[in-house]
Formats: sequence, structure tokens, C-alpha cells
Amino acid sequence: MTKPSSNLLRFREDTQADHTAVSFGDFSEQSNASAVRIEPGDDVRELLPQLEQLALVEVSFPVFGDGRGYSSARILREAGYTGELRAVGDVLVDQIAYLKRCGFDAFDPDQPLDSGDVEAALSRFPEVYQAAADGARFIGKLRHG
Amino acid sequence: MYQYDSYDQAMVDARVEEFRDAAKRRLEGKLTEDQFKPLRLMNGLYLQLHAYMLRVAVPYGTLNSGQMHVLADIADKYDRGYGHFTTRQNIQYNWIKLEEAGDLLADLAKVEMHAIQTSGNCIRNISSDHFAGAAHDELVDPRPYAEILRQWSSFHPEFSYLPRKFKIAVIASDTDRAAMRLHDIGIQIVKKDGELGAAFYVGGGMGRTPMIAPCIRDFVPLDQLVTYSEACLRVYNRYGRRDNKYKARIKILVHELGKEEYTRQVEEEFAHMLDSGVEPPLAELERIKTFFADPAFADSAKTLDRTDPDFALWVDRNTHRHKHDSYVSAVISLKPVGGIPGDATAEQMHLMADLAKKYSFDEMRVMHTQNIVLPHVAIADLHALWTALDAAGLGTPNLDQVGDIIACPGLDYCSLANARSIPLAQKISERFAENGKQDTLGDLKLKISGCINACGHHHAGHIGILGVDKKGVENYQLSLGGSEAEDTALAKITGRGFDEAGVIDAVDTVTDLYLAEREEGERFLDTYRRIGMTPFKEALYD
Repeated sequence: MTKPSSNLLRFREDTQADHTAVSFGDFSEQSNASAVRIEPGDDVRELLPQLEQLALVEVSFPVFGDGRGYSSARILREAGYTGELRAVGDVLVDQIAYLKRCGFDAFDPDQPLDSGDVEAALSRFPEVYQAAADGARFIGKLRHG
Repeated sequence: MYQYDSYDQAMVDARVEEFRDAAKRRLEGKLTEDQFKPLRLMNGLYLQLHAYMLRVAVPYGTLNSGQMHVLADIADKYDRGYGHFTTRQNIQYNWIKLEEAGDLLADLAKVEMHAIQTSGNCIRNISSDHFAGAAHDELVDPRPYAEILRQWSSFHPEFSYLPRKFKIAVIASDTDRAAMRLHDIGIQIVKKDGELGAAFYVGGGMGRTPMIAPCIRDFVPLDQLVTYSEACLRVYNRYGRRDNKYKARIKILVHELGKEEYTRQVEEEFAHMLDSGVEPPLAELERIKTFFADPAFADSAKTLDRTDPDFALWVDRNTHRHKHDSYVSAVISLKPVGGIPGDATAEQMHLMADLAKKYSFDEMRVMHTQNIVLPHVAIADLHALWTALDAAGLGTPNLDQVGDIIACPGLDYCSLANARSIPLAQKISERFAENGKQDTLGDLKLKISGCINACGHHHAGHIGILGVDKKGVENYQLSLGGSEAEDTALAKITGRGFDEAGVIDAVDTVTDLYLAEREEGERFLDTYRRIGMTPFKEALYD
């Protein structure tokens, strides 16, 4: 179904597995699938009982302004998911930093991203003001050791 | 008041550079307007009818004189010599060039200010009681809690592409001066069994479908304040409607799910989050509180020389009781008769800054009613303050009177508006000042919106006016009985609309009826509540 495109950007050390992501609706029936694709309206909590078997979760962003995928990502990470979490679709450089903070470690944007722009976006802010899925200690904690 | 440390400053400076970069890419054509739009919006830059409008955040409405001086300088340097104070305790400038917006943000950053998240579908500037830290009736100063939430919500990675904008207000008094229950989240700091905590009201708002927020939790411990907020937002981000922008605010979600089901989902999410490390340490709250410690109040005169009647009138109308009996909070009206509500010139801003430095421990507040407060003025200094204000056209004694109108920018500036608000506000304030009726009417909150989005809070006016487009002609609907205070209520429409002259006459008609019907001590709102809509309708339409 979904082939990794040439736009794929990964922030993981492990090798990219050759998975084919099944749709969220098909996932529970194909109990051996190791990759699933989430649409904005899907409830990722339904995946939690089967997290162990997943190596790739693709979260679809049909339009960048639909922010439900950010919550889906955090919920998966909070539940202990350590596999690849890939943002797919209308993913722009200006959303990369927030997506990464929410737990995404791979990006497959419709339009290719300039690697210099990505690097600039990811290094723009020196610290963060709140906890997310990236484990960063936030300013309110840094101030107190 | 709060002061940035190197962390805060570095974040704001980084934001300026980020915006400069995005604006440059837009000007070079590398970003389409569609791609640039969410970025400029998260930096407060709107494309209006004639030019870009830039909205600067004034967190919980608190400003010092150095900041106000820079706001005045910006008005001169980048705009046309004035600024407009808004109902979210912010200031906006109407004539900004995209090429200069980065420099403007850099000027702001030098005085610990910014335009972060003053627009866009994210958590907006957090508002609070304009008498915070000064009012005689508050439990504690609510601003440290607002500041904790300001930091948490700044650059929030999960909640920057919400279904719609999100507004939070924090108060700590039973008297509500911040329209708390008309916010997406309204928080009241309360005390229970000797402990401070937060009552959460979620799902209020004005706009097309006004709703009063229900209380979903009457006590959240202070060391769970951020976590509970995060749970409220996550449920909204996941399940708020995205199919129709007019049904996308959290009020619709809470209404459609029902308060109980929304609350259940929040509590479930909250349980997941409790141990996830979202909450800042209580030491951070304590650190922030030190910035809001009382200034060095000193005992001095507690009474006034009232021989000058103009001064006495201003004191009666425009000052508010302070927690220290040698002080008052003094309101500078930005509603001169026939003026544009909320506008101030650069010269006036400089003067207000100087007076704040001299008479109010270097502090000011922007009110959501588009006036400015000097929160801590010694009673002994009041006459000197009033003399200086009056000489500059800033001494209008009309706080909470019919001339103290909230009005949105309307069709004079706004690309969404259906009708003009400002000229109507000007004409109403002139009519009621000139015929002397303002003085006999007492407390009367009149609010005007130029379209259904309700930026002028007409739903919450004792008298509300909504401008609509009726077959290409501006038409104004009158409504009665709203309140934004602790007795929150939504105004009801009287009936068919009026043209501009007609709606001014209609305000005259309903206030005449009030004067004829009122009982001892009743405000317009009280009389309306007692006698109901019918007599007003009869007076207007029969």
C-alpha cells in the first residue's frame, strides 16, 4: 500500500524495515501485521493492547492544519511504544519541530523538505516550556535543578 | 510583575528569528500565502481590509512603563501614531508592513514582550482580573497561575493546530471581572479545607453560538493545574469538530457530548497523564509568586478633598477599592465622548507610562473593557493624577457607564465585519453624554459587534448591538439582559433590527423605559430581569 518515498526522513538508528502499513480498520483482523496507518479520526488507544507487535505506525496528515495526529503520537509514546512513528502527508518544515517533540521520528512529506531548512527548524529554540514525548526537561524544571 | 530570566528571553529572541526567516521566505515567494498564514497567525499578524494588523500579547494585561513606552514608540515608528487596546487585554496595530514586522517583534523582545500565539488555532494570551493584586475582594493574586499557564502553553507542540482558537482566563475572586465563564477554559482559584486549588469551567464562549461554561471540577490541586489543563486540551484536540469552523470551538464539543461525558473523558485522560511529568514543580509556582509580591504600600491619607466636583465625579466613577485603605485602583478611560473605544495615541501611551511610574509602582493593566488601570494609586496622589489625565483628554469619568462601550473594529478595519461598529459607538457616546442621560442611567454596559463573531461581546452586554448585513445595508439587532460578571447571562434579541439612526433611538427608548420603571438601587440589568423583555418590546415595536 504505502511505499516509502524518496522524501522519507528518518531520525532512527535502526534499519528501515520493509513493512507495508495496513489501515487502522484492517489491523485488528490481520493480527500479524507489524505496521499500521492511522487517520486523524482513528482512536490510537485501540492499538495499545497490540503495541508489542508494531514496528511502524504511520500517522496521516491529510492537511497540516489538522492537529489530531500530534495527540495520537503522544498517546502512543506515553503508552511505551518505541517503534517508528512516521508523519505522512501534508507535513511541512514549519511543523517538524513540534511533530518531533510529540514523538515522531520519521517524516514522509508529500513535498520534499530542504535538509538545511529542517536542520534550522529543529535547532531554532534553545529549550522548551513544557513536557512532551521527547523527554526534554522543560524550563520550569531546569530552573530548579 | 513578572520578569524574564535568560530562558524566557532566549525563547522570545528565537521566535523573532523564526518569524524573520518565515517572512523572508514569504517575501521571496518560497512560501505560499496558505503556508505562511498559520505562521504569521501564530505571531499575531492578520491580513485585514487595508493592511496587516499585528496584535501584541500583554500577558494577563499587566504592563510596566518601559513596555508602554515601547508600545508608543511602535505606534509612531511602524503605524500611524496610535494603537488599539483589545478585549483580550492586548494591543493591536492596524497599519503594519510585512517587511517591517520582524523589526517590530525585535523591538518588543527588548522589553520582554512578543506577539506569540495572539492569533491562530492555538492557546491564546491568557487573561485575568484587571484588578489582580490590588482588589480588596480577591483570595490571592491570580496572575502567578496565569503565568504558569502562559509558559506551559507557549510553543505547545501538541496544541498548536487545534480545531479552533483557545482562550483561558484566570481569576481569584468571587466577583468576576474577566468574563471567566465566557472562555474556553475559565479558572477560578478557590480555597477548600484551607488549601488553594482551581475550579475549572470549560466550554464557554461568545461568537455565533454563545455558551456559559459549566464547572467540570470544583477543585484541582495546584500541583495538578497544568496536567488538568493538558487533559482538557487533549480531549478537545482529539474530538473537537473540524468539519465546520463555526462549530469547532470547545463549547460545541462540551455541549454535544454533554458536560458529564466531556468531564468523564477529561478525567480519564488526566488519570493517564498524572505520572507523565507534565506538571512543573511547585517551586516554579513559588518562584513566579515572588514577582507578584505586593509593592511597598505605605499608610497615608485615606480621605479626599472633594471640593472640586469634576474631580469628585471622576473618583466616584473611575476608582476601585484597593486592599490597602490608603490606595485605590484608578481607571483611565479610553472612551472619550465621541472617541474610538480602546484607541490611544502614542502621546497618551507615553503619558500613561509616566503616570504609572510616578503614581502606581510602575505598573498598568489593560482591561478587557479596553481601558487602562493604574492598580495602586495612593489616595493622596489622586488629585495630581486626575489633573494630569484630564489635561490630556484621559479623564473621562464614565467607567461602566453607557459611554464606556466595548466595540470591535468593525467594517472600518475588519475583513469579517458586516457593519461598522466604531461610528455607532461614537454616536451613542455623544448622544448620551450631550443630553446628560449617561449620568442618570448609572451602571450600563453597552457592547457592539460588527458581525456574528461577537468580538465586541454583544451577547454579554446589558445592552448588546449586533451589526448584520441586510441585503447590502448595515442593520443592527438590539439585545438586552447579558452579563459578563459573576451573574453571567446571555442577552436576548428584542426583535427586528434597525438602521444606524434607528438603533440609537432604540437605546434611548429602552433606557427611557428603565428610568420610568426602575426601583430603588436597580441597574438597567436588574430592572430588565425583574420586568422581563415584554415591556421593552412593546416600547420598541408597538
